[in-house]
Amino acid sequence: MTVHNIRVGESKRGDASDGALTEAVGGRLSRVDGPAKITGAAKYAVEQQLEGLAYAVLVESTIASGKVRAIDTAIAEASPGVLQVLTPDTIISLRTASDWFGTPPPDKPYCPLARDITFSGQHVAAVVADTFEQAVAAAALVKVSYDETPAIVDLSDGKAGDGIPIDAMTKEWGDAPAAFAAAPVRICAAYNTPREYQAPMEPHGLIAHWQGDHLTVWEPSQWLDGMARTYAEWFEVPFENVRLVSPYIGGGFGSKALALSHSAVAASAAKMLGRPVKLVMTRPQTFTGYGGRAATRQTVTIGADRDGMIQSIVHRGVNETSIDGMWVEPLGSVTSIMYATPNFSSKQNVVRVNSVVPGAMRAPGENPSAFGIESAIDELAYEVGIDPLEIRLRNYAEQDPHTRKAWSTRQLREAFAAGAEHFGWSRRSPKPRSMRDGNQLIGWGVAAGTYPVRRAYGEAVVRILADGSVEVESSSIDMGQGTYTILAQTAAETVGVPADDVVVKLGDSRFARAGVSGGSRLAGVMTGAVHKAATSALDQLVGLAISDPRSPFHALQANTLVVAKGRIASPRGDGPDVSIAELLKSVGRDRIEATGDTMPANSTAEDRYKNYTTIAMALPHTEGDYSRYSWCAHFIEVRVDEDFGTVRVSRVVSALDSGRLYNPKLAESQWKGGIIMGIGQALLEEGIMDRRYGRIVNNNLADYLVPTNADIPDIEVISVGIPDLHSSALGGKGVGELGIVGVAPAIANAVFHATGKRVRDLPITLEKLI
Amino acid sequence: MRDFSYLRATSADAARQAAALPGTMLLAGGTTLIDLAKCGVAEPDTLVDITHLKGLDRIDVNERGATIGALAKMGHVADHADIKSRFPAISEALWQAASAQIRNMATIGGNLMQRTRCPYFRDPANFAACNKRKPGSGCSAIGGVTRGHAVLGTSEACIAMYPGDLATALVAFDATVHLGERKLLVDDFFLLPGTTPDREHAIEPGEMITAIEIPGSAAARRSTYLKIRDRQSYEFAAASAAVGIEFEADGRTIRDLRIALGGVATKPWRVRAVEDALKGKALEPETVRAASLLAIEGAVDHGANHYKIELAPRVVARAILKLGETA
Repeated sequence: MTVHNIRVGESKRGDASDGALTEAVGGRLSRVDGPAKITGAAKYAVEQQLEGLAYAVLVESTIASGKVRAIDTAIAEASPGVLQVLTPDTIISLRTASDWFGTPPPDKPYCPLARDITFSGQHVAAVVADTFEQAVAAAALVKVSYDETPAIVDLSDGKAGDGIPIDAMTKEWGDAPAAFAAAPVRICAAYNTPREYQAPMEPHGLIAHWQGDHLTVWEPSQWLDGMARTYAEWFEVPFENVRLVSPYIGGGFGSKALALSHSAVAASAAKMLGRPVKLVMTRPQTFTGYGGRAATRQTVTIGADRDGMIQSIVHRGVNETSIDGMWVEPLGSVTSIMYATPNFSSKQNVVRVNSVVPGAMRAPGENPSAFGIESAIDELAYEVGIDPLEIRLRNYAEQDPHTRKAWSTRQLREAFAAGAEHFGWSRRSPKPRSMRDGNQLIGWGVAAGTYPVRRAYGEAVVRILADGSVEVESSSIDMGQGTYTILAQTAAETVGVPADDVVVKLGDSRFARAGVSGGSRLAGVMTGAVHKAATSALDQLVGLAISDPRSPFHALQANTLVVAKGRIASPRGDGPDVSIAELLKSVGRDRIEATGDTMPANSTAEDRYKNYTTIAMALPHTEGDYSRYSWCAHFIEVRVDEDFGTVRVSRVVSALDSGRLYNPKLAESQWKGGIIMGIGQALLEEGIMDRRYGRIVNNNLADYLVPTNADIPDIEVISVGIPDLHSSALGGKGVGELGIVGVAPAIANAVFHATGKRVRDLPITLEKLI
Repeated sequence: MRDFSYLRATSADAARQAAALPGTMLLAGGTTLIDLAKCGVAEPDTLVDITHLKGLDRIDVNERGATIGALAKMGHVADHADIKSRFPAISEALWQAASAQIRNMATIGGNLMQRTRCPYFRDPANFAACNKRKPGSGCSAIGGVTRGHAVLGTSEACIAMYPGDLATALVAFDATVHLGERKLLVDDFFLLPGTTPDREHAIEPGEMITAIEIPGSAAARRSTYLKIRDRQSYEFAAASAAVGIEFEADGRTIRDLRIALGGVATKPWRVRAVEDALKGKALEPETVRAASLLAIEGAVDHGANHYKIELAPRVVARAILKLGETA
C-alpha cells in the first residue's frame, strides 16, 4: 500500500502529525499490543479458564412474530451433562435497567428470554451443560411451539406504514419547498441502504462468575462502566460489586457497547447454578442476537440555479426499528451541514418491523446520510454540466449552515485539493462511459464525508514506579484502534520517559473509570485525561526532587527541573543528573501516583458516575461558539466489466481532516479500515431477507460478503488536519468513524461515471449493472 | 449429546467395507463434512478417516493424461507444474476455489462430494422443508431467496446450485472418476435432481473415490477457467466457464472445443450445443457471442437468479475469445 509520507515542514499537511519523535504524541509508534496479538499471547475475554465452568447455548425463535405457546424441555433436560434449561418461566427475574442515557427505567421485571416473539432469531430458551458439545446437542432438543401472527418483515412491507415521526430529527430553515419549486434545476431521487452487519471477527460472548453478591464478567466491551451499570441494575447489586474485564476486543464497530440479552442469560445462569457460565454466540446468532445497521430510505431533492448553486434541499428519511425498541439512524446529519443552502428541510420517521432492534455500526447516521446527499449532489453536477468536484467547492459551507456557528476547523477545501492532486482528478474525462481499458469501463468518483467531534470527560491514573517506569490505568479499551499505544505515547511525552518504559493497563472496570468507546471520542477524551494525570505525577516528582531534603537537587535551589528520557536534571544542565529510579530511592518513595480527570471542578460523585456510565454528559459538538467536525474527501476509481457488471475498486485516494493525529500510523490504519468497510458496504454487504419468514438467510460469513484482500487496492490516505484545540485538549478530532463516511457514494458516483447507470440501492451488485 | 464413532482406515478395502454400513461417512480433509455436521445437516454415526491411506495422493501426468489420487490436496494439484502446463483450466479452477487454508486441507475426492450452498439446505433448524435433506419434505428455496440458485437442470423438487469449480473443468475435458475398479465419466457421476435431489452422485454404498483421470488433449492444453463472482476471492461463482480450444493449422478455425458451465446449474454443466455450433468455424467475436447464447438453452429462472441467464453466455464468450487471443 502507498502511504503518504508526512515530513515536517513539507506542506500544511505536516502540521497534523507534528513530525514528532516516534515515541511522543504525534509519532508513528507501532501498536504496542501488536506482538501479543500476532503471537496469540493476547488472551481475549472468553478465553479465560475457570474451574467448574459450565457452558450455555441459546435457543432462538424460528418465527418472526407471535407468542410462545409452550416449551418442552423434558428431552433436553434428560440429555447427558445438562445442568439446566432456562425458559421465560424458569429463569430468575431481573429488574429493567436504565438505557444508555441513564433514563430511569420503568419499575418492572426484565426477562431476557422472550414469550412474545417480535423477530426471528429471538432468544427463547437456553441450555446449560457441563460441556459445550452437550449444551449444543441438548439445545437442539428443546421443542418450542408457537402461535404465529403475520410479521412486518421490512420497510417495503404493506403493513409497515409511514412510521413514527421523530420531531427531534427535524431541521428546517428558510422555505425549502417553495425555493425548490422556484429553482430552475431540480433533482429528486430516492436512496436506499440495506441492513448491514458489524461482523466482528470475535463473536459476542461472555463468562459470568458470581462470588456471593459480587459478579465478575469477562466480556468483550466497548464500555466497561456502562455495561457494569446495566448488570448492577439487572441484578440489583451495587455498581461496585460488578467487575467487567475486557483486555482485548476482536472488533466491535459499535456492536459491543451494551450488555445485551444474551449477557443477561449467561449471568442469570451463573447465579442460578452457582458456577461460572460461558456463553458465546454462534456466527448465525450474531446476525439476530443484536442489531446491525438499520435499513434506510431517503429522498433527497435539491433545487439549484444553472450554475449549480444550491437554493434548497428537502430531505425525508426513514429507518427501520424493532417492534418494541427504538433506534433512530439520524439520516439528516450530513445533509444539513455539508453544503451552504439558504433553504433547508429535513424530517425523519422510523418504522417498526419484526427485527431485532438495530444498533450502532460505524458512523451511525452519518454513513447512510452521506450516501444520500453525496449521491444527489453528483446527480446535480451532471444535470448542470459542472465537474462534481467543482460543484462541491461552489457550494462550500463557510460556516455550519444549521447552527450558523463557525467551524472549529474545516480542512475540507484542503482535502479536496490534496485528494484531487494526488488522484489526478484534472485528467478526468467528464462524460460517462468515456474512459475504458478493453472490456473494463473506468469511472472516477468523488464524495465528501464528515463525522461530529463527540466529547466527554475522562479519568486516568498515572503512577511513576520505583524502577522509573510509568504505569497508566484506565477502564477504557482497545478494540484495535490503538488506545494502548497512544496512551503510552501521551504518558511518555508528558512525564519524560521512553514509551518502552510505560505500561498501559486497560479493560478492567476496577481501573479509573471511562465512558463509552464509541463515536470516535476515546482518543480525544483519554489523551486529555492521561495528559492531566501524568502532568500531575510529573509535578509531584519534580516537587519532591526540589523540596525533599534527601534529594540530590535540594541544594540546587532550582525553581524547576527537566525530566527527559527517564532522567532528571536542571534546565541549564548544571548540577546532578539522575534517573527517576535513583531520585525515588534517594527520597525514600516507592511510587508516585496521580489521578487526573477532566471533569468540571465542582463535579459531584453523582456527576462522575453519570459521566462514566451513561452518555448523558457528553458535550454537544456544537456547544459554545463552534461547530466541531472531522472531514474527508474520497477520490475513487472503479473498473466495471461491461459484460459482467462486476465492479472492482482499483484506486482510492482519500484526504482526511481529523485534526492533530496522536499517532499518524494508527490513524492511517483506522482510516483505511473505514474505507475498506465502505467498499464492502458499496459493493457487497446486505442482509438478505426471506420475506415469507422474516428471516435473514445469509447469516454467516460465507454468504454475508465482506471484502477480502483481493477486493482492496492500494489506498492512499493523506492527512490534511491541523490541531483543533476547540475539539480536544491535545488538538485531535475523531478518527475511527470518519473514513467510512462518503466511500459508498464515491463508489456509486464512480460507477455512474463508468457506466452511465445511477445505482441508488446499495450494494451495487452485478445484476444492477448487467 | 450426539456421539459418533471415529475409525482410522488401515486400507482402502477396509475403508470401503466400513463405508458400506448405513450411517457411515468417509472423512478426508473434512472441509465440507465438518461444516455440514456443525449446521446439523450431516449426522454420521461413524466417521472413517481415510487420510492416512498410502498412495492415494499421487499426481501423475504424462502424454496420455493426468491421474490424480483422491487424497491429493486441492492446493497441491493447483500448483503442480504439469497440471498447470497441460491442464491450465484445472489449475485455474482450483486456485480460484475456496481459500488458501481450505485448499491446503481439502482433497480432490472430497471436492467432488462437495454439497450445495443453498441456505435452506444448510439450516434444518429453521427450514424443515428440503427434498435434498429430507425426501418428500418440499423445497423451501422455491419462492424464497434464490439469487444463488440454479437456472439449469432444476426440477420442481430442487433448484439447488452445484457450487464447485473443479468438477466444471473436469466435465469439460471428459474426465473419469475411479471408484476402485469401476470408472465412470464425471459428467455421469453427478446426477440431476429430478425427483430425487437427495441422491447427488452415482456412488454406491461401499464405493470410494480413489482417483480422477483426465485425458490429455490439445484443447485441455489451451484451456482456461473464467470465474465471475461478486467478491474477488473466497467466493462461489455467479457464473463460470471452463473452456478448452484447439485450432486448425491456420490458427483460427476451431477444430476442437470443450465448454462447461459452473455456478448456474444443479450439476457441472457441459454445453455441447455451443461446442457443436462453433466447431469448424473461424473464431470471430460475433459468431462466438451468438453461439454462446446456446449455453443457456432451457434455462428457467426463479426471479432473483435471472441475471445468471444473462451472465452465463457472456462468460462463455469471453473465455473462448480470451483463448483465441493467445492463438
